[in-house]
Amino acid sequence: MAGGQIEKLVKYKSTVKDPGTPGFLRIREGMLLFVPNDPKSDSKLKVLTQNIKSQKYTKEGSNKPPWLNLTNKQAKSHIFEFENYPDMHACRDFITKALAKCEEEPNKSVVSTSSEQLSIKELELRFKLLRENSELQRLHKQFVESKVLTEDEFWATRKKLLGKDSIRKSKQQLGLKSMMVSGIKPSTDGRTNRVTFNLTPEIIFQIFAEKPAVRQAFINYVPSKMTEKDFWTKYFRAEYLYSTKNTAVAAAEAAEDEELAVFLKPDEILARETRHKIRRVDPTLDMEADQGDDYTHLMDHGIQRDGTMDVVEPQNDQFKRSLLQDLNRHAAVVLEGRSIDVESEDTRIVAEALTRVKQVSKADGETTKDANQERLERMSRVAGMEDLQAPQNFPLAPLSIKDPRDYFESQQGNVLNVPRGAKGLKRNVHEAYGLLKESILEIRATGLSDPLIKPEVSFEVFSSLTRTIATAKNINGKNPRESFLDRLPKSTKDEVLHHWTSIQELLKHFWSSYPITTTYLHTKVMLLQFSNLPVPEIAIYIDS
Amino acid sequence: MPAIASKQYSDDVSLLVLLLDTNPLFWSTTSITFSQFLSHVLAFLNAVLGLNQLNQVVVIATGYSSCDYIYDSSLTSNHGNFESNGTGMPAIFGSLLKKLEEFVTKDEELSKEEVSEDRIPSCLLSGSLSMALCYIQRVFRSGHLHPQPRILCLQGSPDGPEQYVAVMNSIFSAQRLMVPIDSCYIGVQNSAFLQQASYITGGVHHTPKQLDGLFQYLTTIFATDLHSRGFVQLPKPIGVDFRASCFCHKKTIDMGYICSVCLSIFCEHHKKCSTCGSVFGQSKLDDASSASDKKRKAPST
Repeated sequence: MAGGQIEKLVKYKSTVKDPGTPGFLRIREGMLLFVPNDPKSDSKLKVLTQNIKSQKYTKEGSNKPPWLNLTNKQAKSHIFEFENYPDMHACRDFITKALAKCEEEPNKSVVSTSSEQLSIKELELRFKLLRENSELQRLHKQFVESKVLTEDEFWATRKKLLGKDSIRKSKQQLGLKSMMVSGIKPSTDGRTNRVTFNLTPEIIFQIFAEKPAVRQAFINYVPSKMTEKDFWTKYFRAEYLYSTKNTAVAAAEAAEDEELAVFLKPDEILARETRHKIRRVDPTLDMEADQGDDYTHLMDHGIQRDGTMDVVEPQNDQFKRSLLQDLNRHAAVVLEGRSIDVESEDTRIVAEALTRVKQVSKADGETTKDANQERLERMSRVAGMEDLQAPQNFPLAPLSIKDPRDYFESQQGNVLNVPRGAKGLKRNVHEAYGLLKESILEIRATGLSDPLIKPEVSFEVFSSLTRTIATAKNINGKNPRESFLDRLPKSTKDEVLHHWTSIQELLKHFWSSYPITTTYLHTKVMLLQFSNLPVPEIAIYIDS
Repeated sequence: MPAIASKQYSDDVSLLVLLLDTNPLFWSTTSITFSQFLSHVLAFLNAVLGLNQLNQVVVIATGYSSCDYIYDSSLTSNHGNFESNGTGMPAIFGSLLKKLEEFVTKDEELSKEEVSEDRIPSCLLSGSLSMALCYIQRVFRSGHLHPQPRILCLQGSPDGPEQYVAVMNSIFSAQRLMVPIDSCYIGVQNSAFLQQASYITGGVHHTPKQLDGLFQYLTTIFATDLHSRGFVQLPKPIGVDFRASCFCHKKTIDMGYICSVCLSIFCEHHKKCSTCGSVFGQSKLDDASSASDKKRKAPST
């Protein structure tokens, strides 16, 4: 029923045992109304569709009468007995649709009103944080209470503290085990000729990830051609044959059993993927990408599975697999990680999911014409050879290395600047001594000069010395363990640090408001600019 | 030294050895007269003696050709009466000035005898440093209760590179004895010796800009005893001039050759080290020139 409503004659029962009140049931878009026939009875019922949690109904084939049992969110159940089954089914469908629609809406409404409504739990959390962290409390008091920032803005940057679930979206994915698939060794029973393999969903996932041909075979054969158990038996038979390295037997069995042959042949899908990858390798990367990278077909330098060197007959070549191939493939898969999140027990679902993922990635990887063109251009740009290019004569700027001696006070200058001859020196010395002796006599006579030092001079000297000592330039950088802040008394240090955190907070909000596109942001920016911070004090302190 | 009860001894008792520059060639060229300078210095010495009852001051005059002790505050003969004419010197420094005058006369005699070479008009810093260190060593050996000694060098004359080795030796012995050498340089250029001395021994080096406020500089920076320096901030120089003088010509150099055995510095290549006698190997430059010589010789023969 598209929209609209249903009206049916029903009997309302509050419990199963209740004989039922006959009445009239009207189901509309968001509401369900039951009016009893008897106006004096007070079992009038009005149920909002939002409140209905679930519905149950009696099956048609059973001997029970057509009942519809609605449970609301307060776990109260309402049972309606219909006159016949079709009625009941119609009502049931209608309610199902209404329920489905209801489920969509709450999601939307939650999102829009979350910024306005705050759950009590969240408020509690905020108060707790403020109580514990005194620095946060100070900042909060300074900004939110002086109306510079709103509560929401203040807490917007502290989502991590509030532990919002939205942050915890990306959990770390569990990686794949590094044990190789081919390392699954069976348990052999010494007495009988039986070999037992253990198979877990984890192993199945890994096998499907590493061997796309097996995965494809699974999708093709199961459940059409054989059961899952058979499939795995054949697979492990193939594995066993590989491990025995008996290529002749392998060839014989492959000829016999078609499905087994699939497992024994080299993996075509993988080979195709690799070839495709090779074609797409960027030659501007300085790597050799050539036929040698097609590791599925290469008999690699003689490293056999168990370290022994065997000679293989050429026709049975394809039935041999090498350790290096396995290692490479396994490593590639482990590095890729888990490409699907399906944790289903059903092998088929896993296989299909993996195939889908591979197809999607293949589609993405196919290069379009434009991309190709761009690649070619880039290649030609990067592969330019310097010797074949025209000589570029850059204008040379001469180095100007100054004589280091200019920077030092040279005492040799002094040597040259005393051009007195020997005699001149003697005479000067004599004169000098005379002067000196005069000075001494003078001070003996007159005593210490009074005043010894002029107060202005003294003050000037004292203040310049204090400035020298207090300059940060002189203090910083001398001792790696000392910091400028440690030299301040504790209260000053705390104040400076608090100023710093409040400035950081203001700046964060200030710059996040840019570019100013709404009036709200504009007023916010104005508020921030003129907020009361004793900034001049700090500036003077740092300057001095 | 009179016996002093150990209770009376506090951390900040200091022995100040003042090295006074009396180089006449310097004092004839300064803006401040020697008498003004002396009054600042004497007032400063009074202040130091006033800081603690047990403080001691020793003054050594650094002359042009000689050095001598001219004042020791621990000698009792100082406290005798010296007649001064009316408003003359305080009695405590009467002997200082008298001795200073005698010293200057003696120094003049010595400088007349000396053949005057073309030398930089420096004062004999190495001599006075050595005398100071000897005095301090004697104090150390006098018993375990002694004041903490330090050396204050008041100098205006430039460095004499010929004294480099002696000065460096004194600096290292002061470092060994853990005696800081403070230096107050009132001359025109920078003195590399004094900067290095203060840097190596952990003292304070300062170059006052206003010489008429010298007393203020002295009392603010150089009057602090060693214990208080742990928590009093004193001005630090920005950099230190570490240039050395070569051992052969006594020139100040910043690049030269060094003997790997005794670390003596030479400005040019020598075949043998003059200090320790070790023979140097051939330098690469010599190799190149001799090789080319050989080549040239071969075809000619």
